[in-house]
Amino acid sequence: MSRILFFFSEAFRALRRNGAPTLAAVVTTVVTLVLLGVLIPIFQTAQAKSDEVRGELNVHFALYDDATNAEIAAAKGKIEGLSDVSAVTFVSKQEALQTLKGELKDKTIVEELHTNPLPASLEVKPTDPKYLTQIEKEVMGTTDGGKADPISPAISNPFSRQQSTDKIEKVTSALKIVLTVLMALLVVASVMLVGNTIRLSIFTRRREVEVMRLVGATRWFIRWPFLIEGVVVGFLGGAVAIIILWIGKTTIVDPLSDTNSFAAAQHDATLAFPVLAAVLFGAAILVSTLGSGVTLRRFLRV
Amino acid sequence: MARLRRNKNASPEPVRSRGRRAPIIELNDVTKVYPGGHMALDRVSLSIGRGEFVFLVGPTGCGKSTLIKTLIRELDPTEGSVRIAGRDIGTMPEKKIPQLRRNIGTVFQDFKLLPNRTVYDNVAYALQVIGASRHEIREQVPATLRLVGLSTKLHNFPDQLSGGEQQRVAVARAFVNHPPLMLADEPSGNLDPVTSIGIMQLLYRINKTGTTVVVVTHDREMVDNMRRRVVELYEGRVVRDEVSGGYTEESTTEFGMRMRAEMGVGADGERKTNGHGHSLAR
Repeated sequence: MSRILFFFSEAFRALRRNGAPTLAAVVTTVVTLVLLGVLIPIFQTAQAKSDEVRGELNVHFALYDDATNAEIAAAKGKIEGLSDVSAVTFVSKQEALQTLKGELKDKTIVEELHTNPLPASLEVKPTDPKYLTQIEKEVMGTTDGGKADPISPAISNPFSRQQSTDKIEKVTSALKIVLTVLMALLVVASVMLVGNTIRLSIFTRRREVEVMRLVGATRWFIRWPFLIEGVVVGFLGGAVAIIILWIGKTTIVDPLSDTNSFAAAQHDATLAFPVLAAVLFGAAILVSTLGSGVTLRRFLRV
Repeated sequence: MARLRRNKNASPEPVRSRGRRAPIIELNDVTKVYPGGHMALDRVSLSIGRGEFVFLVGPTGCGKSTLIKTLIRELDPTEGSVRIAGRDIGTMPEKKIPQLRRNIGTVFQDFKLLPNRTVYDNVAYALQVIGASRHEIREQVPATLRLVGLSTKLHNFPDQLSGGEQQRVAVARAFVNHPPLMLADEPSGNLDPVTSIGIMQLLYRINKTGTTVVVVTHDREMVDNMRRRVVELYEGRVVRDEVSGGYTEESTTEFGMRMRAEMGVGADGERKTNGHGHSLAR
């Protein structure tokens, strides 16, 4: 018991006496954690947003106006039977017009139309956007002469509301890769930065370690105070970073959520704040403790 | 008398329990070749008995420091065996090395004090390391600092002390747990002659309590005056191992008196002897 007290008092003495390196280690921890704490939700929100966009990608198959309900149901059934199709929905002429009306800024255009030129259609959602073209080919089919031969006589031609399906598909998957790489780099950089700061502060005290060994201190006797120091640095850095993040969240992100959809998206897409805080806190303590432990090994070799 | 008390103070260590009659230091054909081929020690054989006061002399680079380092297993000899109190430290598991070092007080030319600790804490650290109780620390540390004549500077930091005073702190730290063996590697190398005498006196007094003391020095004049066993190394070999100036067992008192008288620090030395006696009677 008195030994544990001794280790703690040693650790705190060292922290006090090595004010500048301690501060440097704490500040480094704070900066990296704040950076991570901001980027993790952004990463997750961007991921979720791009998934959302990809999820909206679909292909429509226009139906002949004179197709009967039975024919339409049969066509629907056939398409549902294809692989990689997740859902098929019937969109009536009326519904199509309503959607168009909702998307147009100038509503009067629709008003001025006396007839409904839009066809009824089957909206097909793939299990993944990358299957869109494959599904389209399968539904439309081709004869030997190169003419279309749809799987159902009710289907006239395919069209998609989003003209840029391919582009969106490419951009979102590129975005995913870029974000993942960035995130990985940032994590590696933070671990090295924090580890290095701790190494530096221990390096300045290698003489101290030498003297400790000389008077017959065991490795663990020397190591404990340093490890406790690491925990304290991680604790302080983690606490300050979480306070900063929390202030940032309540004063900047939350008010924005009401007006900005991207900011709002973080509500369902990202980790809950307490979870994020716990993860960052744990990481801070783990990294700084490991940092001091690993560095010490070099000086403790007899 | 002094030896008896010391035994009571010291904890029963394996080093002590193995063969009472075994010499405290026994080197057998110890050779040390550094990476790169420099031979620092060349088949050195040496035996130092308990309670001896031995000077180890020789020019710079003759292997004195290497020899000291092999004694605390800071370095492993390339060949040969080193026995401390009958125990071959070359075969000692790494875990036991701290134990070995606790039984050997070491003093260095550059003091090796912890700069961010007070005099008191520097000395106390050696006791904290061996798991001494707070009570023991509160008793031993001031007593030992009184012995080295620093009882007024307990709360100073090393950089507030003179070189001589810093070396006294180092001696106090080495002696505070009353080890059976004390090694001093050029303890007065950085000090002026008068201060050096003070440190030598201190080591002599420690020797009188029964602790074996090995002092490395290149100060030939002092060695010749002191009439103690002298081991001389030259290019890694023992070239001389003899008692200088006709050393006898009886001359121990005379040795002390000569030191006090001749070196002109008589009154001071006498006072400190009293302080020492007090600390032992505690």
